[in-house]
Amino acid sequence: MTRQQLLDLYFMEARAKLIDLAAFLDRVERGTGPEDFRMAAFRTALTEISKEQPQKARSVLLSLSDPTTEPIPAATTKAACGAWPGK
Amino acid sequence: MRYIEPHGHMVSRTTDDYIDMATAGCQAVCEPAFWAGFDRSSPQGFYDYFCQLTEHEPKRAAKFGLVHFTWLCINPKESEDVKLAQDVIAIIPKFLARPNVLGIGEIGLNKNSRNELKVLELHVDLAARTDQMILVHTPHLEDKLKGTRLIVDVIKNDKRIRPERVIIDHVEEHTIEVPLDAGFWAGMTLYPESKCTAARAIDMIEIYGGERLWMNSACDWGVSVPLAVPYAALEMKRRGHAPEVIDRMVYQNPVRFLSQNPRFKLPKA
Repeated sequence: MTRQQLLDLYFMEARAKLIDLAAFLDRVERGTGPEDFRMAAFRTALTEISKEQPQKARSVLLSLSDPTTEPIPAATTKAACGAWPGK
Repeated sequence: MRYIEPHGHMVSRTTDDYIDMATAGCQAVCEPAFWAGFDRSSPQGFYDYFCQLTEHEPKRAAKFGLVHFTWLCINPKESEDVKLAQDVIAIIPKFLARPNVLGIGEIGLNKNSRNELKVLELHVDLAARTDQMILVHTPHLEDKLKGTRLIVDVIKNDKRIRPERVIIDHVEEHTIEVPLDAGFWAGMTLYPESKCTAARAIDMIEIYGGERLWMNSACDWGVSVPLAVPYAALEMKRRGHAPEVIDRMVYQNPVRFLSQNPRFKLPKA
């Protein structure tokens, strides 16, 4: 598809998501108390979007991922939280 | 339109979902064993679940004109207890000859722990000894990249396993190359909040060619959409893909992979 066609198809949806993202940041900033590691990881991931490079989705996912290679000693929870706390 | 739902946890869904899927053109549904949302307390609980998957659920699907297939295992979320996992794996062979069983799955990792890895190796050994196909669950969110690499290493290292008979599911942009480069198939799960959207899945099809890819809804008891695959087909149409390309992604590719097990047969049209 041409860029024009892709913009016609997806611009409004992406615009809505962008505003939602901005509103989320505003909401967190209006909140009280300290942030945790997830917000720091989120801000780092945001910088990946504005870089002049291809594969931005991949870069965002990599920035939120556990980069280690060894199995952990034991699973103490079943859930994932969306960002690696080790950074 | 015709499509296959290659990964749906139908025991968690209502009969209305079966009606919607059949109406949308679903020809068959494949149900990997998974975590019930709570830990089962004994191997007997799994025995009953395997009976449900191989006896009751095929009958329920048949009422709506759908063929039902299944994969058996103890899910990675319950793999921290190695003794329980060993006991469950010991009862799986009793079910492998049942007519709707396609293989071992969805095995894999959840938090990438040593015990989960041990239980994954036991499952892979079972698949190799019994010549079964394998369907793999990859971990969620921040654990996915590491887990995908660990899983692919385990399966690649067992030379009895043929990679073309293995699908690594729930890939995203940062993990899709790991299974494809190793000769495996890869599955993209269409979820509203995690994993990937239809638009992203189609991006990956356009980038990687769709030769060894499928899409699934992985609908279960959580936030998920049983019609995610036909919705993705509609999105492919909006993106200008030809009907034969859409058919390849939502029907022919799942049929090509699953037909490696001769039990996977669809009723004649």
